[in-house]
Amino acid sequence: MTFTPLNIILLGVIALLGVGFYGLLITRNLIKVVLVLQILIKAVVLALILAGKMSGNLGLGQSSAATVIVADTIVAVVGLALGVQVRRRFGTLDLPKISTLRG
Amino acid sequence: MESIQYAVFLLGAVFCAYRAIVAKRILSATIYLACISALVSAVIYLLGAPQVAVMELSVGAGLVTVLLVYALSVVGDDALDPASVIPKPLAFGVVGLVVVLLGLMVYPAIQTNLEKGSTALANVLWQNRVLDVWIQIALIFSGVMGVLGLLSEQTSSKNKELPQ
Repeated sequence: MTFTPLNIILLGVIALLGVGFYGLLITRNLIKVVLVLQILIKAVVLALILAGKMSGNLGLGQSSAATVIVADTIVAVVGLALGVQVRRRFGTLDLPKISTLRG
Repeated sequence: MESIQYAVFLLGAVFCAYRAIVAKRILSATIYLACISALVSAVIYLLGAPQVAVMELSVGAGLVTVLLVYALSVVGDDALDPASVIPKPLAFGVVGLVVVLLGLMVYPAIQTNLEKGSTALANVLWQNRVLDVWIQIALIFSGVMGVLGLLSEQTSSKNKELPQ
């Protein structure tokens, strides 16, 4: 397999996705989960641009990536707001502890 | 030369992603996230999408970093990440399996070459993908509500303390 730019970017996208999935599995802090989701989304944005470039329709890839960036930012904002409110209400950001709390 | 540029930027991004995952302090992980965003936006720029690169840089390395730092300043001493519930070798095995399957799925795409032709972003966004623009507007309103939730103080407890 020759290392063309396309191959390198595809490998980079897969590596970023792998690191992101690993982070999702081992992370317990609610704010860090939001942070790990950001890593995954960055890989997805890169993949969308690459797909647009490969198909010869870069405008469509850019348009989809812009929508994903906006949605990703809103996810971060809402997730962080949720984390702050959970911390105020339950006194912890530890996901296993939060999932066993009542009230 | 172009391949080396892509490889350097992407290796840096993957390294920063790994450091962000294993960092004990979430503030350090936030700085690594900003580095990932900058490196990914450099790759996007090299791919010929400067508008999205600027958007990614300003939003990913700027806005999201500021929001994360603000949230960390609010939650205070709870910023340390506890140890994981899932054993790390198991998580590593599962992720390795996922990565191998993903690699097998995208392997046919490696045979194709990068196309040179492209259409302007403005034409696609304002003519073919108008619904996306409306969805983005709705999402931004949701984000405003989220910021209000992030910035709101403990109004419920204050209301309880008021004399009846």
